[in-house]
Amino acid sequence: MSYEAKRLIEIRQGVLSKNDQLAAELRSRFHAAGVFVVNLLSSPGAGKTSLLEATMRALLAEYRVAALVGDLATDNDARRLARSGGLVRQIQTGDMCHLEADIVARHLEGWDLHELDLLFIENVGNLVCPSGYDLGEATRVVLLSTTEGEDKPLKYPSTFATADAVLLTKMDLAEPVGFDRAQAEANIRAVNPLAPIIATSARREGGLDEWLAWLRERVTMQKEQRRSSG
Amino acid sequence: MHELSIAHNIVNIASTAAAEAGAEEISVVHLRIGALAGVVADALRFSFAIAAEGTPLANAELIIEEVPVTVFCPTCNTEVTLPNPRLFRCPQCGQPSGQIVHGRELELVALETP
Repeated sequence: MSYEAKRLIEIRQGVLSKNDQLAAELRSRFHAAGVFVVNLLSSPGAGKTSLLEATMRALLAEYRVAALVGDLATDNDARRLARSGGLVRQIQTGDMCHLEADIVARHLEGWDLHELDLLFIENVGNLVCPSGYDLGEATRVVLLSTTEGEDKPLKYPSTFATADAVLLTKMDLAEPVGFDRAQAEANIRAVNPLAPIIATSARREGGLDEWLAWLRERVTMQKEQRRSSG
Repeated sequence: MHELSIAHNIVNIASTAAAEAGAEEISVVHLRIGALAGVVADALRFSFAIAAEGTPLANAELIIEEVPVTVFCPTCNTEVTLPNPRLFRCPQCGQPSGQIVHGRELELVALETP
């Protein structure tokens, strides 16, 4: 047995640095190809798939749209989304509770990103685990449905504080379930004073108008930035 | 429960660093975890014990430094630490501040040998 002196080995490295590096590579690929990428986060059942199906259907006439859909075990969501007419690919995550950049990269194989304007990544339904994993997205959108508690933003600040936009979904159910919109907005504002809060209903006629307008503006902004940067 | 996947990352990075430094056994792992990192310290300790089995880190203790949320307050033109990670309001001037500077860290700082 050797009695070597106690030593300190300095590392100073992000535990998720490998993911961060891959995400940065993805972000440059997306930017170079001119595709605007949206990472959608929410708890299970908050309406990501319904929102996405209606969103893709509404935008298909204007943009070339695709979606990567994270799901634990089934391909139900992908089959639902394929009905919208957009390109859809399922990511079966098995027992993973979140998506990581390398999984996204693997599932992009065979797609020509230059042929796309918009790519949605539907994360695994979970308000904790996905928040630390950058996927190279241009924007991170978090959903809060009217059928959940208004206090979700306070319970999951790590996800809501890092959102670029927060969508209130299932607004058509707000009244029957007694959703207190002012309270929900105050709670979102408490942890995220800057993100726009957009009310949506995937079922109501015109229920996505504000969300679609926000998306169009962001897609146009990215295209203009890209043009001016050469 | 992504703490297990994080624990595996920690074990991988630490094992490589330990091997490079020629250390056969690690007794302490120093981490910095932000209040917004979405990591539960107890769940991480539990997961780490599993992930470290059969590695030089098998008997290592996790020492976790918690990093509070710091935001940039445009009104005060300075970085301020939030006393409460559920209220993004400058403690000096009371204005809402959402520009996160610190609090998302998940960093492997250093290892100690016995």
